[in-house]
Amino acid sequence: MTILSTERLSISFGGVRAVDAVSLEIDAGKVFSIIGPNGAGKTTLFNIISGIYVPEEGRVRLAGEDVTGLVPERLARCGLSRTFQNLQIFFRMTAIENVMVGRHRHETTGILADLLHLPSVGRQNERTRAAALAALDRVGLAADAERPAGSLAYGALKRLEIARALASEPKALLLDEPAAGCNPVETQELERVIRSIVKDGITVVLVEHDMRLVMNVSDRIHVLANGRTLAEGTAAEVRANPAVIEAYLGVQRSREAARAVG
Amino acid sequence: MNVRVLLNSRLMAIVAVAGIAAVLPAFFPSAYYYRVAALVFVFALAAIGLNLLMGFAGQVSLGHAGFIGIGAYAVAVGPTHFGLPPWLSFVAGAALSAIVAFLVGRPILRLKGHYLAVATLGFGVLLSIVFTNEAKLTGGPDGMSVPHLVLFGWAARGSETWYWISAVSFMIGAALALNLLDSPAGRALRAIHDSEVAARMLGIDVARMKLTVFVISAVYASIAGSYLALFNGLITPEVSGFLRSIELVAMVVLGGMGSIMGSLVGSAILVVLPQALTFLHDYEHMALGLILMGVLIFLRGGVVPSVAAMFARRRP
Ligand SMILES: Nc1ncnc2c1ncn2[C@@H]1O[C@H](COP(=O)(O)OP(=O)(O)OP(=O)(O)O)[C@@H](O)[C@H]1O
Ligand SMILES: [Mg+2]
Repeated sequence: MTILSTERLSISFGGVRAVDAVSLEIDAGKVFSIIGPNGAGKTTLFNIISGIYVPEEGRVRLAGEDVTGLVPERLARCGLSRTFQNLQIFFRMTAIENVMVGRHRHETTGILADLLHLPSVGRQNERTRAAALAALDRVGLAADAERPAGSLAYGALKRLEIARALASEPKALLLDEPAAGCNPVETQELERVIRSIVKDGITVVLVEHDMRLVMNVSDRIHVLANGRTLAEGTAAEVRANPAVIEAYLGVQRSREAARAVG
Repeated sequence: MNVRVLLNSRLMAIVAVAGIAAVLPAFFPSAYYYRVAALVFVFALAAIGLNLLMGFAGQVSLGHAGFIGIGAYAVAVGPTHFGLPPWLSFVAGAALSAIVAFLVGRPILRLKGHYLAVATLGFGVLLSIVFTNEAKLTGGPDGMSVPHLVLFGWAARGSETWYWISAVSFMIGAALALNLLDSPAGRALRAIHDSEVAARMLGIDVARMKLTVFVISAVYASIAGSYLALFNGLITPEVSGFLRSIELVAMVVLGGMGSIMGSLVGSAILVVLPQALTFLHDYEHMALGLILMGVLIFLRGGVVPSVAAMFARRRP
């Protein structure tokens, strides 16, 4: 069953087609990865799907409904959540408070009840806190719950964003380069987290440069270059695709070669 | 158990203020001290409201004295021209402030940073011009007198009475603000401050949340304005002027953005210091300016958060 799909999505910035007629069919409960060189349009594609940009052409469907052009807060209520390539942490709050904000769409008290701190607010706060702690635990951050978010290391912040998104109980979760800046241990931990998320029936859409992670966890891989679809298939298919090797893995290899030399 | 939790966490600071407010008058040599302390609490009330908007939601307003003006003129104009009882004028002022904040906030809160600052500044200036020019209603630049607040046949008058009224009102206002912060709406506000895009992505209606806190902060300012007018018995357009707005912002920043008790400290500094420095005559304002600069340089982040951090560091 398709949970999330796009149909010939396009957007341009100052004449440059950042995303050009990209169509995706993402199956529920799977890991769907999107890869491509820097500037391929992966983040822009996420920004369209999550309602931050409105596409010039094309449609987005979530759980069978046309959600094209809906604002992010509406999409969140439809069960979409995401993390950000450039961290978007609530730095003035503690780790657990960050994740508690993720429960927002499940909280029902009104502003008057909040001001008066009616018993319902107290009970709801407790439920929110418990759910947030569970989400923190899933990404291995339960011990850091009460720490100010600003005092956490980069890799932990990446996982904090995942916990926050998970707390909203999404149907589909978009992860934009969760392994960037993570050490090998953290990346392995991340792989475990992604697998556990999928086991819960949440669809994961992963944008990632770490090829080992991508090849390990992905059910399908979609390759973008210059805003356009280059290929799509399983890990083995994509790895064997000559166009992909040339446009993307080739770049990667020459970069690795350069690193080996330099 | 619930009472204990309550005392431990949220409302402890208010209990402390209540204790201080209760014993403080024992040290007051004259009624004048009641008057100054009452002003501290009244301005602290307005500063709490602005702090919710600025310190927590991260939205600046340089026109909040406009709402003080609405509250102040409501209790002057209502009884004088419309024959309303003062208490009803007080409520009507708060309601009017809420409505004005709602109508003005919708377009204005879409702006960010400096643009929002200038737009709110314009709003404040506009209101004080209205109060100055509508002389038939407001007495113009000379202002107008304000009748006493009468409740069940009892008239609130005198500095001591207003000291107690303003102290209790401050505590109620602070309790409501602290309640709000420990709630879904409060968390949403604080989230908006750090990342609007992340907040939206978690289902928070950012525009609506900003408007809500703008309205709440306007009501706080309006109530403070009404108290100010009732207490002074006289009101001039100055109450809603640009300098008043700046003074409110300074109270929030000095005491500590995002610290409810900081608003009380900020208000205390800016109300008491000018009185205490009068012996310097011509150099009074200069000394005040230097002290404010010094505080912000050495206690970055405001008095209450800085002092709290110092204590936290000293603990093992
Ligand atoms: N808001 C914007 N304004 C102008 N140009 C933009 C904007 N957002 C993206 N672009 C351009 O669109 C192209 C795609 O950018 P995007 O960030 O989507 O790439 P990416 O695949 O996520 O790259 P990376 O792997 O480096 O994160 C780039 O050329 C970028 O400069
Ligand atoms: Mg990107």
